[in-house]
Amino acid sequence: MTTAPGAGDSCPDRLFGDVGWRFDALKPHAYNCNVVQNPAPSPAPTTKLTLDTALVLYQTMARIRAFEDAAEEASRGGVAVFGASLTDAKVRGPLHLSTGQEAVPAGVCAHLHRDDAITSTHRGHGHTIAKGASIEQAMCELFGRATGFNGGKGGSMHIADFSVGMLGANGVVAAGIPIAVGAAHAAKVLGRDTVVVCFFGDGAINRGPFLEGLNWARVYQLPVLFVCEDNRWSATTATDKMTAGAGALSRAQALDISGTTVDGNDVFAVYAAAGDLLTQVRLGQGPRFLHAVTYRVKGHVSVDAAQYRSPAEVQRALAHDPLLFAREKLQALGATSSRVAALDTAAREEVAAAVRAASAAPWPTAAAAFTDIQDLGAAQFR
Amino acid sequence: MSATRLSYAAAACLALENAMRDDARVIALGEDVGRGGIFGQYLGLQEKFGATRIIDTPISESTIMGAAVGMALSGLVPVVEMRVADFAMCAMDEIVNQAAKARYMFGGQGRVPLVARLPIGVWTGSAAQHSQSFESWFTHVPGLVVVTPATPQDNHDLLCAALACGDPVIYMEHKELWGLVDEVTPEARLPIGVARTLKTGSDITLVSWSRTVHAALEAATLAAAEGIRVEVIDLRTLWPWDRDAVLASAARTKRVLVVHEAVQVAGFGAEIAATVAETLGVRVKRLGGLRIPVGYAKPLEDEARFGATEILQSIRAFVA
Repeated sequence: MTTAPGAGDSCPDRLFGDVGWRFDALKPHAYNCNVVQNPAPSPAPTTKLTLDTALVLYQTMARIRAFEDAAEEASRGGVAVFGASLTDAKVRGPLHLSTGQEAVPAGVCAHLHRDDAITSTHRGHGHTIAKGASIEQAMCELFGRATGFNGGKGGSMHIADFSVGMLGANGVVAAGIPIAVGAAHAAKVLGRDTVVVCFFGDGAINRGPFLEGLNWARVYQLPVLFVCEDNRWSATTATDKMTAGAGALSRAQALDISGTTVDGNDVFAVYAAAGDLLTQVRLGQGPRFLHAVTYRVKGHVSVDAAQYRSPAEVQRALAHDPLLFAREKLQALGATSSRVAALDTAAREEVAAAVRAASAAPWPTAAAAFTDIQDLGAAQFR
Repeated sequence: MSATRLSYAAAACLALENAMRDDARVIALGEDVGRGGIFGQYLGLQEKFGATRIIDTPISESTIMGAAVGMALSGLVPVVEMRVADFAMCAMDEIVNQAAKARYMFGGQGRVPLVARLPIGVWTGSAAQHSQSFESWFTHVPGLVVVTPATPQDNHDLLCAALACGDPVIYMEHKELWGLVDEVTPEARLPIGVARTLKTGSDITLVSWSRTVHAALEAATLAAAEGIRVEVIDLRTLWPWDRDAVLASAARTKRVLVVHEAVQVAGFGAEIAATVAETLGVRVKRLGGLRIPVGYAKPLEDEARFGATEILQSIRAFVA
């Protein structure tokens, strides 16, 4: 189902003509009664897919998969929940894996420039890698080493690489939404032509900041693409049992933010849909919404065996694995299986090297626990 | 230096106006700020700087604060209007888990230079959800600076300092000080974390902040008539607080009474009293609000307030 707008549906164009980025033309309350919804059908996808692009998308997914497989292996025994026993592990604490969801960050971030920003979730390895962050530095952060992006202060749940516009994974569901909206608002105030992509899960649509943030983005017509990565599960509870109404996209549409629902396990569909929506965002037409339906193959955290789910449900998802699906499509586009296999091998080797580097990397010093807290009144290392 | 007579609200407005003129990164956002804010602390700024920089917002406290975090991480210096401190309860995740943590948990890759204005204090007739003083909550959170000005000059100077601070500042003006008028020297500057001794005395040290400073001074004058020499310290900033100034005074007077409007239980007075007692072993006492909600009717509201009379009683009891 697609409900992307046709040209001319954008409210500010109708109300104010060609206002572009002129912020002072935006009178928030002026929208209340005059918003016109255009029921025009979705435009044909304009984002062309070449074999080279398809291979790049596949490669991004393969790198995320390899990274998370290695991280999962390194985390065994590292967290004391769900009855697991705590032992010494390279990755400590909760590790939220996005295995099976790789098509969403790969397809979306392929359209972003380095200066564009993203916000992420507690399940943020894929977003980090797809935005261009170094796998070695990411692994160092998961291993808690001084050479990680955050110097070991954040770990998996707070991984961030500001140098590529990755403004942080977040341990609080939906907390990235207002931050993304603020980053987009700043871009508008500062006259930058960048966009922001805000990733969040299906669980986030039941928190207040979802409503507040989407309303805010629409009121100020901010350059944000909201991406709901719908993996069907809110921690260990099925989201549909806890969600009234028709779900994520209909809630966005209720706020006059148009968008598309897409098969989130089909990287090429995600790429096409995100391309269309980001084109509209970059044209200054305001926020857009991508509802990507995928599936969380692993448990809520790595040690969660997720036995509360039906095996059939998981089997259906595994049969529609985004990497398997993409391999078939790549063959149809003319890629040889050895070329694809070479991408898998390269990804595994890159990650293996990252694990070796992270294992050998230095720990943060105890003194680092006292740095970057605040300039005034921070506790001093003794 | 040119002094003018300004209200506590106008002094802050002047500080913000000058900061916005000097630095294009400074903006303000919140409900009704375009009209000047509900207390007039933004009066005339939208006319001067436009709706792009004085941003009227929906009633969305989480996103007002959360968007400000995103703005700050992206190069702006937002002044975040929370209307009254009580409403900031709707933005606690954004203050405590986001603004206060971002710099540390991202390993210094980003900073959150914002000033969150959370007006505190009993506001006559405004009852339980518009009258609370939450300053101690925020002193507990690493990453935050907490400022509580008591005079127009300090409100001007400390807002200037907060805007230059580079980290998130919880800036707590008192709702019954907005109309207080005094001489303000706009060129003056004051660093965060420096207390001021308003009155010297050798018998007892009174430590206070915000509106209660004025009642403490009044009590000190009344005590002087009884021959009790009271030293009065306005802390001005609660985190970081001027430990040296308090300890130096305490070492002389050997008695420290901390007085604050906020509920006494687990109030910031406890931190000061404990620090003084641990460091110098001198006697300490506290006088704070009772642990009751602020009631609407005057007889109820009065129970949540105290003034110079009650402070004087505490002084007398202490030195007796």
